[in-house]
Amino acid sequence: MELSGWGRYPRVDAQVAFPTDATACARAVTASQTIARGLGRAYGDSALADDVVAMCGLDRFHAFDTETGLLSCDAGVSLDEILTLLVPRGWFLPVTPGTRFVTVGGAIASDVHGKNHHVDGTFGDHVVAIDLLLGNGEVVRIGPDAQPDLFHATCGGMGLTGMILSATIRMRKIRSSLIRETTVKARDLDAILAAFETHGSATYSAAWIDCLARGKSLGRSLLMLGEHADEGPLAPRTKPPRAVPFDMPSGLLNRATGKAFNALFYARGPSTVRTRTIPYEPHFHPLDGLAEWNRLYGRQGFVQYQFVLPSAEGLRRILETIAMSGQGAFLAVLKKFGRANRNLLSFPTEGYTLALDFKAAPAVFALLDLLDRAVLDLGGRIYLAKDARMSEAMFKASYPNWQAFQEVRARHHAIGRFASHQSKRLGLS
Amino acid sequence: MTRIAIIGATSGIAEHCARLWAGRGHDLTLVGRDTARLDAVADDLKVRSPVSAIDTLVASDFLDPQAVDMIVGALCAERPVDIALIAHGTLPDQQACQNDGALAADTMLVNGVSPALFAEAFARHMVPVDRGTIAIIGSVAGDRGRKANYVYGAAKGLVDRYAQGMQHRLANTNVRVVLAKPGPTATAMTAALQTKGQRMASPADVAKRIVAAIDRGSPVVYAPALWAVIMAVVRLLPRPIFHKLNI
Repeated sequence: MELSGWGRYPRVDAQVAFPTDATACARAVTASQTIARGLGRAYGDSALADDVVAMCGLDRFHAFDTETGLLSCDAGVSLDEILTLLVPRGWFLPVTPGTRFVTVGGAIASDVHGKNHHVDGTFGDHVVAIDLLLGNGEVVRIGPDAQPDLFHATCGGMGLTGMILSATIRMRKIRSSLIRETTVKARDLDAILAAFETHGSATYSAAWIDCLARGKSLGRSLLMLGEHADEGPLAPRTKPPRAVPFDMPSGLLNRATGKAFNALFYARGPSTVRTRTIPYEPHFHPLDGLAEWNRLYGRQGFVQYQFVLPSAEGLRRILETIAMSGQGAFLAVLKKFGRANRNLLSFPTEGYTLALDFKAAPAVFALLDLLDRAVLDLGGRIYLAKDARMSEAMFKASYPNWQAFQEVRARHHAIGRFASHQSKRLGLS
Repeated sequence: MTRIAIIGATSGIAEHCARLWAGRGHDLTLVGRDTARLDAVADDLKVRSPVSAIDTLVASDFLDPQAVDMIVGALCAERPVDIALIAHGTLPDQQACQNDGALAADTMLVNGVSPALFAEAFARHMVPVDRGTIAIIGSVAGDRGRKANYVYGAAKGLVDRYAQGMQHRLANTNVRVVLAKPGPTATAMTAALQTKGQRMASPADVAKRIVAAIDRGSPVVYAPALWAVIMAVVRLLPRPIFHKLNI
C-alpha cells in the first residue's frame, strides 16, 4: 500500500505487517528487513521502507504505579491515550512534543523533545526501561543501567537498533490540567534572544517566529511560557479535533496569505506581556486541534526543516536567507535547547533550534541544500524525525557519533535487519 | 455494579468492548485459551480502570457442550452475569478449508456451533432470574454465501439463525439477545488481509457501536453502520448478477 510520512513527501509503496503482539513482531522481523512505524508523524522517510511493521496494534498498558509514577506500556500506545487516561488522575507526560498523536515507541526512537527541553531534557531521559526485539529474534530489557550502550543507541536511534516492543517511563505529577501561559512579545531577533535568557527558568518555553519579517523586524516573535497551574480541575481532553476535509490547492499557502496571517498573528498577540490560564492542549498541541492539517500543503506535500545551532550567531544569517528566498515557510517555531544527552543520534544540543515548513518543490530543495551548508558551517545539525532529503555527507559530518552507533548495531544483530529509506539514504546500512 | 463475562476476550473487537466497559468502571471476567495473552489484556484493563474487578478464566475446550456448560456455570455461580459477550472465532483461508475437510469442520464448529452452545448456556442461567443480555459477534459474512469465505460465512449464518430464534423465544422476557455483525475489522484475525491492502474498520469504532447496541438491547447491529446498507444490497442482488461479481 502507499505510505508517506506526515509531510506526505515522499510517497512510497510498501508491504505492511500488522502485528498485535510480540510474537507476531518477531515473525515480521525475522521474515524480512523492516522498520517499525507508529502513527506516521515523522515528516519524511524515517518510517518508510519496502517492508514496514505497523506498531499501532500493540496498544496495551502493562502497569501504572501511583506511588512512583512509573508507567509501562506497549510501544504502540499513543501519548494521546496516556494523557487521556492519566491527566484525570493527576499525572502528565515528562516530555511532550508538539503533537500528542505519536506512539511511545516513536517518541523513544526519535528521542523527541518538548518546550521543557532546557530543564527536563528529552523523552528518552525519562525512560527507565525498554523491551527491545533484536534482529536475531531475541528480546532484551535495556535501560540506563542495563546494556547502556544499546539503550543510548536506541533512544534517538530511529528504530535502527531493534524493534521497541514496550517501555517504562516516569510520569510527572500535576495538580491541575491547566497551564498558566505567559506570552511575551519580542519585536526583533535581539529581543527574542534576550527574552529566552530572561525566562530561562520557565518550565516550558518556545516562540512563534515570523519568518517573512525582514530588516528591522527580522526575527519578531511571540514567546510562549508555561507552568502547570497549582489549582484547577484535572480534566481530560474533551473537544474532538476538526479535520481538513480534503487536499487544499497547493497555492493556498503563499507569500501573500502568509504575510497577512503573520501580521494578524503578531497583532493579536499582547502589547508586551500577557498571562492567562488555559487547558493543556492549546499550549502543547495547538495544531492537534486541526486533524490532518498536513493537507493544507496540497497533494505534493511538504518538508519540515528543523535545525539546531550552538549559538545565536548564525541564526540571523539563516533567517535572512529564508526571508529573502520567498519560499513557503512563513511561521516557525524557535526554541532554546538545554544540554545534549548521551544518546548517540539524539538531535538536541545546547543552542537554538528553528523548525519551519516548506512546500515540497524543486526550488525549495535547492534552498535547503544551501541552508544545510550554512547549518554545517555553524556547527549545527538537522532533526532526523523531520528529514526527508539530507545528504549522507551532511549527516555524517553533523552526527559525529554515527560510527559508534553503527558499532552498537553491529554488536546487536541490527545491521541488515532494520532499515528505512532514510537510513539507506544516510549511509547507515 | 454491572458484571460482564467475555468469551474469547483476546479477540480484537472483544478487547475494545472491554476497554469501553472498563472505562465505565464495570467488572469483567475474561475467558480465553491462552493464559499469557489473557493476562496481557487483563493487565491493560486494570491500568485503564483501577476500580473494576478484572478476572480471568482460562478454558481449553470451547467445543465440548459439557465443558461449555461448566465454563458458563462457573461464571454465573457467585452472582448473575449482566452481559455475556460471545466473541471467539477464527478466520482461516477459504481455499485451505475447501482442500482440508478437518479444517472446514473445525472452522464451522468454532465459529458456529460453539457460540450457539455458549449463548444457550447463558440463557439457562439468565432466563430463571429474568435479566441479562447475551451479545454474540456474528459477521456480515453470514448474510449471504460468497466464494471468498463461505465456510466461515456458513458458521456465522448459523449464529445468525440461532440468535434470531432465541430472540423470538425470549421476546416477552427481560433477557436480551444482541447479534453484532461487524464488517472487516483491523484485528489480529485479519492481519493477512490488512497486509494485502484491504480497507478495514478500526476495532475501537466497531466496539463503540456494539457496546451502544448492547446498551439499547438492539436485536441486530451492523458495524460500521454502512454495512447494513451494503449487505441489504448484497442480499437482494438477483442470482444472475450476484454470480457475475467477484466478491
